Amino acid sequence: MVLCVVVIEHAFLTDDFSFNVVATHSSIETPAFYKFTAMWSSQEGSLLLWAFILGIVSTISLAATRHKLRDLVPWATAVMMGIAMFFTGLMLLGGDVNPFTTISPVPVDGTGLNPLLQHPSMIIHPPMLYTGYVSLTVPFAFAIGALISRRVDAAWIKSTRGFALIAWTFLSIGIILGSRWSYTELGWGGYWAWDPVENASVMPWLITTAYIHSIMVQEKRGMLKVWNVSLIVASFSLALLGTFLVRSGVLQSIHAFGDSTVGPYFLSLIGVVLIGSTWLIISRLDILRSDRRIDSLASREAVFLINNLLLIALCAIVFWGTFFPLISELLTGTRSTLAAPWFDRYTTPVAVVLVLFTGVGPMMSWRRISWEGAKRVFTVPLIAAAVAFVLLLLFTDAAESIWALLIFTLAAFTVTALFQETWRAAAARKKSAGGTMLASIWSNATRNRRRYGGYVVHLGLVVLLVGIAASSSFETKQDIELKPGQSAVVDDYTVTYLNPTLTRDRQALVFGAELQVDRGGKSFARLNPTRQYHQATDGSAPPGIASYFEGEATSEVGLKAGLRSDFWTSVEPNTDEFQRRARLADGLFGAYMRKKVLPIVQADPAKAETVSRAAENLLSLTTDKVIAGYNSDSIEVPVTIRVIVSPMVTWIWIGAVIAIIGALFAAWPSGLLTRKRGGKGRKAA
Amino acid sequence: MDVQRKRQVRLFVALGAALLLATGLIYTSFNASSEARQPSELVDAVPGKTYEMTGKVVKDSVVKTGNGIRFKVKDRDGTGEALPVTYRGVVPDPFREGREIVLTGTVENGVFVGEPDTLVTKCPSKFSEKQDQ
Repeated sequence: MVLCVVVIEHAFLTDDFSFNVVATHSSIETPAFYKFTAMWSSQEGSLLLWAFILGIVSTISLAATRHKLRDLVPWATAVMMGIAMFFTGLMLLGGDVNPFTTISPVPVDGTGLNPLLQHPSMIIHPPMLYTGYVSLTVPFAFAIGALISRRVDAAWIKSTRGFALIAWTFLSIGIILGSRWSYTELGWGGYWAWDPVENASVMPWLITTAYIHSIMVQEKRGMLKVWNVSLIVASFSLALLGTFLVRSGVLQSIHAFGDSTVGPYFLSLIGVVLIGSTWLIISRLDILRSDRRIDSLASREAVFLINNLLLIALCAIVFWGTFFPLISELLTGTRSTLAAPWFDRYTTPVAVVLVLFTGVGPMMSWRRISWEGAKRVFTVPLIAAAVAFVLLLLFTDAAESIWALLIFTLAAFTVTALFQETWRAAAARKKSAGGTMLASIWSNATRNRRRYGGYVVHLGLVVLLVGIAASSSFETKQDIELKPGQSAVVDDYTVTYLNPTLTRDRQALVFGAELQVDRGGKSFARLNPTRQYHQATDGSAPPGIASYFEGEATSEVGLKAGLRSDFWTSVEPNTDEFQRRARLADGLFGAYMRKKVLPIVQADPAKAETVSRAAENLLSLTTDKVIAGYNSDSIEVPVTIRVIVSPMVTWIWIGAVIAIIGALFAAWPSGLLTRKRGGKGRKAA
Repeated sequence: MDVQRKRQVRLFVALGAALLLATGLIYTSFNASSEARQPSELVDAVPGKTYEMTGKVVKDSVVKTGNGIRFKVKDRDGTGEALPVTYRGVVPDPFREGREIVLTGTVENGVFVGEPDTLVTKCPSKFSEKQDQ
């Protein structure tokens, strides 16, 4: 598998266009690191990447459990191998998805990577998501192994919870990177658009989140066994579904990269996974009984269960909305779709309650919380929430959106609760062990990484949700049409269109607008949103300056991000005058070629190559000349500028980073260290 | 016995609540959804009703107007009567003639009026282009 990846990457990097996948996704002109990433922009390459990552994580998981769970691991290995076989089999036999398909004759140059995909996020966004998806295979395989070998105690969970956390972390990184990327692209609907493929990534994320919580209940209290295996099966199936959705074209999506032939294979795999797992769970129901029952609704296990139900409800809503086109077609015969407002309406209330539970959960004790205990932990956060509520009403416009107001208030509750828990535990440690408060917090945290990592993740998610609530509820969006020198007022900003810009960059013409943004009479930002017109690379357009308008176009937004709010601009340049001049120049160039150059080649075919290179240079010079002429004439045509002012968007990224740090803290070093230590201990013994 | 009974009641309440919510979800989703149609199927469109139209932009039909764009679409396979479309708002980067688009809007006097910022253009795929040949 490693060899396969190395061969394909080598082919990409050395422009070996005899590989079909290289020829259709790369070109000589493509920059090196995009050549490297071009592999997973293709269907073949992304399947190969899946199998490759699966190889890595299975190896790690088997190495980590080499001395444990001897009756279970063989089955888990079989499951992982089976899935790896599916992917390799698919690539070899699944029709046109073999990455090693060669083409002949070998083209001189490839068609290039779609300019839209030439973005730094392309390097990490897909592999992160894939790693997340693929890592779910490990807990899934071990769950199946546990069921088959009838070893359904918490041992398999303990051995694989690290992988669940890692899967969660990678999924989070992948989702947030995609979100960030989408935010800076025009027409992708901002940071979240409830696009089917976005939904497909967030569904396994939600279920994995539920799983990470509910396995704690099984570890600590021996409950929810059926629940946990069902969750991991659901989570893994949704991950497969996600991979499938991206590539199938079943649902309308920006991500739907054309219909392909692998759909039926994926559906069969999902079917096998679901039916097989369900049958296994049912046949093992007798041994999956809970050791205990929930004592009280006022206990951590009950709160975890409620949080699980909420997460699943959220996932069910997203699932229903995503697949509604198929469901409605099945039920009524007409295909109908649900738009973003529908998703917002249902997910917002659930999200609000979840914010509450991110604070309540960590404060509850196992089994049952006493009235005194509850009073002790809830008083301060409740006061904080009340104070925040009053302050929000008095000093901000938060009351305009009831949901946003609720989220802000509950966020105050949760954040206070998390800090109070940390503080209390640290105070207790300080009393018994001495040292400073900070040292006590650190020592507590390193002793119970999962708990404190969890706190940090909760904190991050609350910050993220506050960012989402603020930016989605209080966003100002406006399209303004300005001539150079004119100004417009958006929110409390003044935008002045200084002048148009036009440059040539690599294979693109870059049209931009120089904008001066002022706030309260003071300069706030100088922005230059642009739109780039890439030369057509498929040879469909005749050579000339006009061919720039036949290829892809990509927008570069002008963004001034701030902790308070983001000022986002994009421009729709007016290229009419330039195109007119380009066609004129192309006409002259063409005529010159026909009259003066063609006869030379006809007289002496050996000169063809020299002449064509000279012609290329001449065309390049002509292009520069036309650009210079256009720029010096300072043409006063109006352009359309889109301005979006959205508050606190930055907090979404900050929250995500906090959450990911928390997850890494919880998953990473201690697990690794104890495993190593355990290994060494064994050897020594 | 008492505990058992209490549990059953609790279960029923929980199931009932879930069922109620699910019904609400299902009911409203049918109301809130917009029917997906192709241009040729919009001939008998109900005026004022919102549709999600999927079609292919006709070559040489895109015209800039004062506050948006005007173009024509045909069915995804390029057949059928061309349907005129007006649209204002963000035009996604990959939008161009010959590409497949998805747009939400209503039909007024035989013209499809797109809702602002609902225009989606599919990522052109080298992969599918290859299959088309």
